[in-house]
Amino acid sequence: MDGAVPLFRMEGISKRYGGVRALEKAELSVTPGSIHAILGENGAGKSTLIKVMAGVVAPDEGRMMLDGNEVSFASPAAANQAGIVCIFQELSLVPELSVADNIVISDPPKRFGMIDRKAQRRIAEEALARAGASDIHPLALVKDLPLSRRQMVEIAKALARKPRILILDEATSALTAADVARVFAVLKRLRSEGLALLYISHRMNEIAELADQCTVFRNGRNVASYAAGTKSDNEVVELMIGREYSHIFPPKPARAAAADTPVLEARSLSWTDRLHDVSLSVGAGEVVGLGGLDGQGQRELLLAFFGVLRGLSGQILIDGRPVAIASPAAARDDRIGMALIPEDRKTEGLMLPMTVRENLSFAALDRLSSAGIIDRAAEQRLIDDMVGLLAIKTAGLDIPVGALSGGNQQKVVIAKWLMRQPRIILLNDPTRGIDVGTKQELYQLMRKLADQGAAILFYSTDYDELIGCCDRVLVLYDGAVKRELVGAEITERALIASALNIHEEMPRQGADA
Amino acid sequence: MKDWRYWFAEQRGTLLAFGIFVVMFIIYTSNHPAGFTANVVQTASNKGVLLAFVAMAQTLVVITAGIDLSVGMIFTLTNCLASWLVVGTGLETAFGVIAVLGTGLLCGAINGAIVIYGRLQPIVATIATGAVYFGIALLLRPFPGGSVNEGLADALTGRLFGIVPASLVTLLAVVLVVWVPFSRSVLGRAAYAAGSSEMAAYMSGVPIRRGKFAAYTLAGLLAAIGGLFLTFFTYTGDAAYASGNAYTLFSIAAVVLGGVSLFGGKGSAIGAIFGALAFRTIGDLLFVFDFDPLWQPLFQGVILLIAVSLGAFALFRVRNRLEWFL
Repeated sequence: MDGAVPLFRMEGISKRYGGVRALEKAELSVTPGSIHAILGENGAGKSTLIKVMAGVVAPDEGRMMLDGNEVSFASPAAANQAGIVCIFQELSLVPELSVADNIVISDPPKRFGMIDRKAQRRIAEEALARAGASDIHPLALVKDLPLSRRQMVEIAKALARKPRILILDEATSALTAADVARVFAVLKRLRSEGLALLYISHRMNEIAELADQCTVFRNGRNVASYAAGTKSDNEVVELMIGREYSHIFPPKPARAAAADTPVLEARSLSWTDRLHDVSLSVGAGEVVGLGGLDGQGQRELLLAFFGVLRGLSGQILIDGRPVAIASPAAARDDRIGMALIPEDRKTEGLMLPMTVRENLSFAALDRLSSAGIIDRAAEQRLIDDMVGLLAIKTAGLDIPVGALSGGNQQKVVIAKWLMRQPRIILLNDPTRGIDVGTKQELYQLMRKLADQGAAILFYSTDYDELIGCCDRVLVLYDGAVKRELVGAEITERALIASALNIHEEMPRQGADA
Repeated sequence: MKDWRYWFAEQRGTLLAFGIFVVMFIIYTSNHPAGFTANVVQTASNKGVLLAFVAMAQTLVVITAGIDLSVGMIFTLTNCLASWLVVGTGLETAFGVIAVLGTGLLCGAINGAIVIYGRLQPIVATIATGAVYFGIALLLRPFPGGSVNEGLADALTGRLFGIVPASLVTLLAVVLVVWVPFSRSVLGRAAYAAGSSEMAAYMSGVPIRRGKFAAYTLAGLLAAIGGLFLTFFTYTGDAAYASGNAYTLFSIAAVVLGGVSLFGGKGSAIGAIFGALAFRTIGDLLFVFDFDPLWQPLFQGVILLIAVSLGAFALFRVRNRLEWFL
């Protein structure tokens, strides 16, 4: 601390989601006229922290002090009134309204009880100019703007609310290089005007350029605060590491260099601005991990393989032969034999009100039926096998799948696909929100399937899992593979460093389509 | 300088509906035995404004990404009520009009309260309330009958200065008094924002609940104005189930024709009005061509299918197939 009076303090803030601790007695203090950077790996508690500050979630315990008085925010609107404005990672713009409508949305100017459109236009133009985005027309609809422009509108909208504390959560992730420079100039001016800025970013070069003060979070706690520039990148990575390593992973077999043709191969896959020239291969019996910070294109990569994306460029090869996969139905076809365990089992994996039995047999119905009639006996045999193999705990096969625990729901999703005996299994963060016991079973299952010859591509936001399960890990950054780690190279340090793209500080490229 | 282009883009749905209406109406009048006369226009507008009022009501709710399947029944209920109350001396008639409009407001407010505070799906809630409103209408008028202040009725369904249909003038007045203030108020914007992205609206501190409540309540009022007009037009009250349901379904058709998105957040009541007028004209086209009236539903259905298919073209631009299901 440099002795300045804190404008805002958080003391002993804790927050749990179900059994997961998101924040554990976290502390933070913010001084006016400074830029405070928050660092931490996936799931370290950064997002929850700012959601508490911005009135989106209520903390379980702890208190917040503004100007020395205790405050609590019942809603985002209440936090706004107190002068705390947050620019969220997920955009908070209303797509069908115009830019000007969005900028004044929280408190539109009024005349005779109606919205004063002239005043609104003026405010919007001023705010856009302050944000350095005068090129955006105030009457344009937000849904028609590209992502980088929307992000600028988001910033203008925040400025129009005259904040005292401005929180930017990965606010530059969608911006072009030219925009980043303009935003930085704006942020520096705001700092000189006496605002307190909280800056969450995983771009170390941005933090080095902007921040006055840095705080590192790990496991929901603030583990270190220091003045910017007093620690090297390596020391910062060291602070971010340190989660308990749990010995719940099955042993990895020693592997000879894969000589045979890979089962799944991608050559120069690109898609809109989310994937850039991705090439990779997965051999039979291999578990290949996808690492990196959340949202660097891992999800899109899996969807690309699974035939969900249109306008994909590059090549996908199965057993060395180029294929065009036009839909998930084509991807699961026997010639390809692919399965995707989706990230959100509630919307993409299961039909929650339908029974366990129905959910289990969905993906295999074509094999279990002749002339459109389901062979109930064959279905029952296969289901019994799967329930036994995965040890699914359920009170019966005819209860709604939504009644099962999260772990058992995930097992149903996996069992559903295993019924087709897939050769290629894509997993999209499959252990999110499930208990440790089930996780352990899944790790063992994954290895068993690989030993039986499946090619597995496994995206996880949990570095421990990547270290414990994978034969190789590809680290993605900005939609491109930045590093490949093999065998003993897969360490937490290497994963975090390459996830932050520290090894090779490349000049950033325009993220715009 | 480029402002007009944004205005044009925003009003495209409305202008398209206007265009469809003008074309249809020209075809209609040029083939009508009497031609483009004040009489033909007056009759057409009297029939058209009924659906126009109900379509405006539907628009308000659809903007919030909801749907109101009770508008036709509020329309029927207020018609029956008006056939009892809008009679007698000037003062009595005025009181009757206020009571009818108040009933519409109340019906809309009940819908809104159930959907917003009861957290029921709009489709289910309004089917139920619609049945209730129709039940009350039936108790009020077990058989068609009643009367209305004929002086007022003739004035509002007649012509001003011998040319302009008074019903159109009334429609314009309602647009100016109800729609324009609503669409420019904070509540109106909240209704749009809630329909477009409720989460983003919540995160921005928009009064979502009040905006939606206002939309449902005003929808009740507009349906009641329609019901009142039906009484002026027919001089009777009639709890006709088929007619109430038809108005509900036609109002949805008119809204879609008028460029209002059923996904919410987009469109204007002006568009829905032209959608309603166009839909009515399409229905009447068959008569001027001496087709058997039996063809009317089939013909209307085909035209409607073509019109709504235009909206599906946007799906061809989607690059992530998962967005089809959002």
